[in-house]
Amino acid sequence: MTVRETVAFQLNGREVSGLKGEPILEIAKREGVAIPHLCYKPGLEAVGNCRACVVEIAGERTLAPACCRAATPGMKVTTDSQRALKSQKLVLELLQSDMPEADYTRHNELDHWSARLGLGKPRFAARAQPAQDLSHPAIAVNLDACIQCTRCLRACRDEQVNDVIGLAFRGEHSKIVFDMDDPMGASTCVACGECVQACPTGALATVVRDSARMPSRAAALAVPDKQVPSVCPYCGVGCQLTYHVKDDKILFVEGRDGPANRGRLCVKGRYGFDYAHHPQRLTRPLIRRKDAPPKSGDFVMDPDRVMEVFREASWDEALDFAGGRLREIRDTHGRKALAGFGSAKGSNEEAYLFQKLVRTGFGSNNVDHCTRLCHASSVVALLEGIGSGAVSNPVMDVMRAEVVVLIGANPTVNHPVAASFIKNAVKNGTRLIVMDPRRSDLARHAHCFLQFKPDTDVAMLNALMHVIVTEDLVDAQFIASRTVGYDELRANVAGYSPEAMAPICGIGAETLRYVARLYARSKGSMILWGMGVSQHVHGTDNARCLIALALMTGQIGRPGTGLHPLRGQNNVQGASDAGLIPMMLPDYQHVSRPEVRAKFEQAWQLAPGTLDDKVGLTVVEVMHAIKHGVVRGMYIEGENPAMSDPDANHAREALAALEHLVVQDIFLTETAYLADVILPASAFPEKTGSFTNTDRTVQMGRQAVSPPGDARQDLWIIQEIGKRLGLPWDYQHVSEVFDEMRHTMPSIGGITWGRLEREHAVTYPCTHEGDPGEPVVFVEDFPREGGKARFVPADIIPAAERPDAEYPMVLITGRQLEHWHTGSMTRRASVLDALEPDPTVLLHPLDLAALGAQPGDLLTLESRRGQVTLWARADAGTPRGAVFVAFAYYEAAINKLTHAALDPFAKIPEFKYCAVRVKVGGEAPRQSSYGGGQILATSPS
Amino acid sequence: MNRTVIPIASSAEAPSRQRRREAPKGRRVEPQARDELRRLLGAAPLARELLIEYLHKLQDHFGYLSARHLAALAREMDLAQTEVYEVASFYHHFDIVKEGAAAPPRLTVRVCDGLACEMAGAQQLLARLPALLGAEVRVLAAPCIGRCEQAPAAVVGQHPVAPATAEAVASAVAAGCTTHEPAGFIDLQAYKDEGGYALLRTCIAGELEVDDVIKALEDSGLRGLGGAGFPAGRKWRIVRSEPAPRLMAVNIDEGEPGTFKDRVYLERDPHRFIEGMLIAAWAVGIAKIYVYLRDEYHGCRALLEAELVKLRAKPPYPGMPEIELRRGAGAYICGEESAMIESIEGKRGIPRLRPPYVAQVGLFGRPTLEHNFETLYWVRDILEQGSAWFASQGRHERKGLRSFSVSGRVKFPGVKLAPAGITMRELIDEHCGGMAEGHQFYAYLPGGASGGILPASMGDIPLDFDTLQPYGCFIGSAAVMVLSQHDSAVGAARNLMRFFEHESCGQCTPCRNGTAKVAALIAQPKWDLELLADLSQVMRDASICGLGQAAPNPVDCVVKYFPGELA
Repeated sequence: MTVRETVAFQLNGREVSGLKGEPILEIAKREGVAIPHLCYKPGLEAVGNCRACVVEIAGERTLAPACCRAATPGMKVTTDSQRALKSQKLVLELLQSDMPEADYTRHNELDHWSARLGLGKPRFAARAQPAQDLSHPAIAVNLDACIQCTRCLRACRDEQVNDVIGLAFRGEHSKIVFDMDDPMGASTCVACGECVQACPTGALATVVRDSARMPSRAAALAVPDKQVPSVCPYCGVGCQLTYHVKDDKILFVEGRDGPANRGRLCVKGRYGFDYAHHPQRLTRPLIRRKDAPPKSGDFVMDPDRVMEVFREASWDEALDFAGGRLREIRDTHGRKALAGFGSAKGSNEEAYLFQKLVRTGFGSNNVDHCTRLCHASSVVALLEGIGSGAVSNPVMDVMRAEVVVLIGANPTVNHPVAASFIKNAVKNGTRLIVMDPRRSDLARHAHCFLQFKPDTDVAMLNALMHVIVTEDLVDAQFIASRTVGYDELRANVAGYSPEAMAPICGIGAETLRYVARLYARSKGSMILWGMGVSQHVHGTDNARCLIALALMTGQIGRPGTGLHPLRGQNNVQGASDAGLIPMMLPDYQHVSRPEVRAKFEQAWQLAPGTLDDKVGLTVVEVMHAIKHGVVRGMYIEGENPAMSDPDANHAREALAALEHLVVQDIFLTETAYLADVILPASAFPEKTGSFTNTDRTVQMGRQAVSPPGDARQDLWIIQEIGKRLGLPWDYQHVSEVFDEMRHTMPSIGGITWGRLEREHAVTYPCTHEGDPGEPVVFVEDFPREGGKARFVPADIIPAAERPDAEYPMVLITGRQLEHWHTGSMTRRASVLDALEPDPTVLLHPLDLAALGAQPGDLLTLESRRGQVTLWARADAGTPRGAVFVAFAYYEAAINKLTHAALDPFAKIPEFKYCAVRVKVGGEAPRQSSYGGGQILATSPS
Repeated sequence: MNRTVIPIASSAEAPSRQRRREAPKGRRVEPQARDELRRLLGAAPLARELLIEYLHKLQDHFGYLSARHLAALAREMDLAQTEVYEVASFYHHFDIVKEGAAAPPRLTVRVCDGLACEMAGAQQLLARLPALLGAEVRVLAAPCIGRCEQAPAAVVGQHPVAPATAEAVASAVAAGCTTHEPAGFIDLQAYKDEGGYALLRTCIAGELEVDDVIKALEDSGLRGLGGAGFPAGRKWRIVRSEPAPRLMAVNIDEGEPGTFKDRVYLERDPHRFIEGMLIAAWAVGIAKIYVYLRDEYHGCRALLEAELVKLRAKPPYPGMPEIELRRGAGAYICGEESAMIESIEGKRGIPRLRPPYVAQVGLFGRPTLEHNFETLYWVRDILEQGSAWFASQGRHERKGLRSFSVSGRVKFPGVKLAPAGITMRELIDEHCGGMAEGHQFYAYLPGGASGGILPASMGDIPLDFDTLQPYGCFIGSAAVMVLSQHDSAVGAARNLMRFFEHESCGQCTPCRNGTAKVAALIAQPKWDLELLADLSQVMRDASICGLGQAAPNPVDCVVKYFPGELA
């Protein structure tokens, strides 16, 4: 570490010292000298516009802003002279004179400093006040309280780089605007809320709702009973946050300074919390009524009419029924007749206990979860190539990279806070290469944007490698000392010249050459990817190419390099680590290895030979097995395969065909609708557990509120089911589960529950207690035989279903910013639902015109497997000939159309490519009792 | 369960559910608007720094900036819409028209309401013109347009009418005179014929040493004539010692009310300035020159554009640095050196905090030599006639020459080249033919809007840098406005404060709020002197730039020197 030079100077007559370049304001704060300040906020660029912090510097004609001035040796600074104080107070008084009577926040910094300096009633007449803007469902714009300090602008532009907020006009008319002075709700605002978090006066304020869910100033000024530090329940970035709780309800959420988010959040994390308080929460165990309509895959359901199909039951009855029938099936039809899906939304402890239940209670490896649907192919390729399925470097390393390649990922939508750091890196000079068939928001920030043709990843990536090989841009020493299999790879890419691949992938040969050189030659190049890479029948091959790129150029094993598959779910990394996958016991220890099974049999106190040595069934395979009568009973915890599986009609038929289905969830999902018994579980903020983010950082989620009614915590329910299956479990606390885990999982062996409690976050590998953890891995070697990574060549395999005359367009599925996966949470989060109320299909405006349709018209999409009708959204970022639909909408469940073709290695379905046709018109999607931009409220009684 | 359904959006301005379906958030970019834009700007990639130039092209072509074109421009420049909007809305000469709003009339008449023009009847013009010109013509009051010697001044489109009468304006409108073609100046050929650019070639040829040239400038005592008065030779030396590439920015944003000397010299002898500029570039080792010209000087722009084309075609020496002419857009603050740099970079004209100084970190982050037009205009004369010649001018123990822009109640207003240190009375009597008929010398502004106001009784103070400070005034750009018994200092202060309020960039609290509060306070019949004194102090002490720091000067002067007017 470099030691920063210090500077000695005089502060109010005292000799003090600070770091060179450090603002006087910060040094003074450390010395116990408070200087008023408003526009200054640590983490944002100091701009010195409010002038509340002006101080006297000997020899200078005017006062100087302490926030923007660094001390120089011998400087004489006075913060409390009559002259300095006069200006400080007058600045506050000028601003106060324009403040409204009413408060918008309990933490008005202007009021705080005014009180501290003993300011009286301001003597100046107020300005003409602007009108309030309430066009946004989450954020009130109260510009009558605005002091033009531009903290919001810097939060929006410099920090989150969403570039929505501007400072327009001039002089006294200077105004914070959204886009072109548009109503906030009509602007491009993505509601990350960073501006609200930055605003010192409540001029931008979170709309807080009262018990009737109406915006309420009283509620906004309510004093929370407690603040609970936790993490975000949505994506894999793992942002730390604080729940502000009053009367066992979450009032609002704020970002906390975690390693992955540094205080930032996105719209879901900040405003997507009230699903937990939704009136449709399941609060009593439910058992399918005897007189319920027969189960069928083709159903329309309404969570408000749950009692037509189910009846309430006591926990004892429900658990006995749920567990008893599973036991019966196991004992009658054998242990392969059962399967379990856990969830990447659950904690590490839940995942661990769930897989342990399947492996020891059901007796097979038929356990899987949604990782199968997202990064299974990446993990297979990574395990095969470098011996570890996790990321090599954290997202934050983009700040240290010279070149960042982002392929098949749309992080501004799916990992918004990670995207903000990528954009920060670009502002700092990092060159961003975006490769994607869809033009995403990040394309604007990219040094090069390669809008390649869908399904041509391998062609494009092999062409890049061809350039690197033929132009000798490889890192020969790295290849020689740290890899095997290069010769096969080199021979394989020989046939993939950029000139030959250009017509296939749609990217010019010169561009391919340029990008290859840029990537290979930089001091640090990092690759991040998402589902656009993984969800193909050649998903594993796509990932193999990315791995080979990094290996042949030596762009791995150092800060600012490496491979980072952006994880989707908040705990998809942890759930996979914990063994919630059919081929691996915890910590990726393969079930086929006798020594591994022996170790777990010992740890779990099982008779030798108890554990199944055969790889279990994956998500999609389970559905087929049900249809074939092999699997008869299932336990599904927190997953919604009826919405998330490809060819959803088929999946629903399969689920309907089960003899016994136990579903544990917080809402009546499409999957729960087909259950025989539903166990009401806890939402994220209602339980405590550890969660592992995309960076391999284990973080603590803490209980902030109680589960509603008689809903129970998931860990308790899993344990009770276990008991019904004859498992002698007696975990008194979640920490006991974690402790058991870490003793079976060397990677996290050094992480103790106490340390997690204290530090909130620990990154693994952390093999012994006191180990600081390793954010960057593979520095010396790879966890494979001989410590060497392996090149695996790949060739072009076309998509399983190509467009043809009958189905001429390509369907790409994915997510959108406001909605999480199958929508069961976010479509019940009032702000998120208000922002995106209806299902839409994105297509290029020219394709839309060619269909003879207008934006907003109804379109019907059909594939060979199903059809849905939804509204047309014109989006110039969608490539010609393709349509994009998010899978969050029950009323237009797009997975009814997707193809269940699987990648042969990872068994991941091809969500990113199937053939469809588009017709204008159709019956408007029927919405039931949630979604559609309306909020359900229990009438205030 | 007893439930009600509540629509969540609570504002009529929130997008409808149907709108949310139709397209992604925010304003859509219309392909047609993109095509229109590209037809105007061409197909080449667009440069961020030229944003204001593109906005001018749109404004000139369509008569306004439509939101759809701004959105298309943002898209084509890979900018956010708000980044375009905040720049466009900063400058007074751009008219933004949102969806559904009416476009302004095709023709705009601007009537200067600067102090000199106001004294000459600008308000009467503003009152009469709208009815006379009809709804097809927009009549706007404009801050000083730099034609104070011809007051009252008006501009029809880009065509100046000065002195203006309502009838003269109406006939210009009727005749369709909306442009300004410069005439009667010394063009490149004429300038060369009388020996122009020979000095520059001598420098380039190495017959003059850079050190000698800088020494000559230092010896002459030439100081920055934009108003700050920094010694020119020392500035060259400082910037020259900074690492290359170094840039040069020339300030012809002559916006200080009462100042018009740069325009008069530029309209007469542009190459004398250009030659001085190129000598400076040679001496300091400048890679590229940016000339920032205020938008109001349409004739000067046409002239400079044409002459620069000729110069580039036949450069006085090979390897002449690139000279880029940039057009302001109606913002007094861009006369402030760092605000001008921001504007040249295509941004809002907001002064930067110093340190760092522009000589170290200026245009595009590079060391920058920034000069006022007139400072460079004198380089040739000083080098040809010797530093002693320049230094020997002056009166009352002051050295050098000053170009006074004299306006107001004198018989012959105009640019008066006079010895530095001349007094107001001497200037009126010796250079202006005395006071105008029926007017007696009552008060004067020695340095434009920000230099303060002094009573006639103090008309014997030498006018130069540093001589007026003891009285709370300064000479600045030497814009001298003369008031008579028909005028009042209070009236002048109100006019000037309205100007500062209008022209404050709005960045810092003391200036943004202060100018507005002071303007409101002095509009009252009885002034709250205590409050004004407090405001004056915070504005002087805590404002970021000279605008806010000097804005209280006229008010303080009224309190100090004209107590009778407040009684």
